[in-house]
Amino acid sequence: MTKKVAAKKVAKKKILAKKKSPKDQTIDSLIELIRITSTVVPEDVQRVLRDSMKNEVKDTTASYAMGIIKDNIDLAKIKSQPLCQDTGTVIFFVYHPPGFRQNDFKDLIKKSVTKATQAGYLRQNSVNSLTGENAGTNLGEGHPSIHFYEHKGKEIEVKLVLKGGGCENVSAQYSLPDTTLGAGRDLEGVRKVVIDSVHKAQGKGCGPGALGVCVGGDRADSAYYAKKQLLRKLDDKNPHSELNKLEKEIVETCNKLGIGPMGFGGKTTLLSCKITSANRVPASFFVSISYMCWAFRRQGIVLDKNLKIKKWLY
Amino acid sequence: MKRLTYPFTAEAVREFKVGDMVLITGKLFTGRDAVHKHIHDGNRPPVDLKNQIIYHCGPVTLKDKKTGKWKVTAAGPTTSIREEPYQHEVIRDYGIVGVIGKGGMGQKTLDACKQYGCVYLHAVGGAAQVLAEKITSVDGLYWDEFGLPEAIWELSVVDFPVVVTMDAHGNSLHKEVEEHSKEVLKTVI
Ligand code: SF4
Repeated sequence: MTKKVAAKKVAKKKILAKKKSPKDQTIDSLIELIRITSTVVPEDVQRVLRDSMKNEVKDTTASYAMGIIKDNIDLAKIKSQPLCQDTGTVIFFVYHPPGFRQNDFKDLIKKSVTKATQAGYLRQNSVNSLTGENAGTNLGEGHPSIHFYEHKGKEIEVKLVLKGGGCENVSAQYSLPDTTLGAGRDLEGVRKVVIDSVHKAQGKGCGPGALGVCVGGDRADSAYYAKKQLLRKLDDKNPHSELNKLEKEIVETCNKLGIGPMGFGGKTTLLSCKITSANRVPASFFVSISYMCWAFRRQGIVLDKNLKIKKWLY
Repeated sequence: MKRLTYPFTAEAVREFKVGDMVLITGKLFTGRDAVHKHIHDGNRPPVDLKNQIIYHCGPVTLKDKKTGKWKVTAAGPTTSIREEPYQHEVIRDYGIVGVIGKGGMGQKTLDACKQYGCVYLHAVGGAAQVLAEKITSVDGLYWDEFGLPEAIWELSVVDFPVVVTMDAHGNSLHKEVEEHSKEVLKTVI
C-alpha cells in the first residue's frame, strides 16, 4: 500500500469515528448538560450571591459562610465535580417541535442519566420508596422526572434542574385562609405565608435560598408550577406588575429576618422569589413554595440539527 | 478565627462559645444514621471515641485501583437532627467532644454538650468540594457493612472550617436566630 492510500484510509476512519449516530450524539449532548448543571452555578445566580456577599459584615459567621460557598463554587467548576454531594432529583423540561418522538427521547435521557451517574456527575441518589433499594442508576418509577412541551420553534431545547433533598424538605404548601397567620385569600395572604415558610425553613434548606411560588391550582399542579418558576433567571422581570412588586417585597422582607446563610444569622436569607399563578376552583386556594438551596443547579441547552449543543440557555 | 488541634479535650471545647469560627486540624470520624442507631442499640463502636469528633457525613469515596488507597471526593455535612434520638447517649457513653453536621440539633443534645463537655460544630451545607479538600488522608474504614456512605471513616483534616452553633454552656445559635427572627416575623406579617 502506498503512503498516500494509507493516509487516505486513516483520514476516512477519522471521519467515520467523528460522525456519531444521532442517538449517540444526543446522549453526548445530554451528558454534557448534566455535567455542567451539576458542577457550575449559573451566572445569574452567581451574580446575586456575589452581591449578597458584599452586604455581609466582614469577619462575621455570615461572611465566613458566604466565602466558603464562593470557594466551593469555584472549586467545583475547576475540578468538574458535583457542587454538592446531594445531586438531587433530576428534573428535565424538554421543549420540542411538532411530530417529535417523546418516548425515543425519554430512552436517550435515561441512558444519559445512567452514564452521567457512572461518570460521577450524579450521585447514586434514587431509592425505591417501598423496598429502600438503590439500583445505583438513578432510574426508577418517576426518576428521572421528565416533562415535555411542544413549542413552535424547530429546535429541541432541554432544561435541567437538580433539586436537592434538604431544600425540598423545607418546601411548603399552604391552604388559604390560614387563620393562625391571619392570611386571607388575596396577595397579602400570599405574602404572609411565603414569608412564614422562609422563617420555618431557617437554615435547614442550605440557605440563602431562592423561591419558586405558585398561587392557585390543585395541590399537585400548584407544587409543579412553583418548581417550574425556578427556571426563570433571577434578574428577569415578572410581566404581571403586581406579582413583580410582590416578588421584590418578599425578598426584601425575608432579608430582614436575620436568618442569614446556613441560619448563622446575617443579612442574606433569600436570593430571589419568583411567583406565578394558576386557576383554582372556588373551594380551594393553595399557595405552593419550592425552596431551592444556594447550590442552585439549573441549566439548559438548544440542540442544532446535528444534535450537538448549539447554545447554553443560562 | 479560632483553632482546634488534635488531641482534642473536653477542656479545649469548653472554651468555645456560639458564633466562634473554628478551623479543625487533626482527626475526624464520620458517622451518620446507621452508625448512631447501631451504637445506641448497645453495640460498642469499633474505635475508641473518647475525646474524638464525630462528623455527620456520608462521603463520596473512590478507591485508587493501583495503590488501593481511598480518596474522599465529596464530603459535605448531612442533616444532624436525624441523630437527635441517639446523640445524647453516644456523647455520654463514649466521651465524644465534638459533633459536626448541619442544621443544628435539639435540646437533648444541647444538654449532653453541657453535661459532658461537647460542642456542635456547623459545617457549610453543600460545600462538598471545599470540605473534601481539607481531608488530607483516609486512615481507616470501619463498619463498612452498612454501605460506604454509612460506614465510619477515619479521616485526617487540616483547617477544616466550622462554626460553633451549640456550645458546652447551654447556648444554641439556632435557638437564638429562630427566636430573633420570630420577633421580626411578628412585625412583618
Ligand atoms: S439542600 Fe442543597 S446544598 Fe444543602 S445538602 Fe441539599 S442539595 Fe446540597
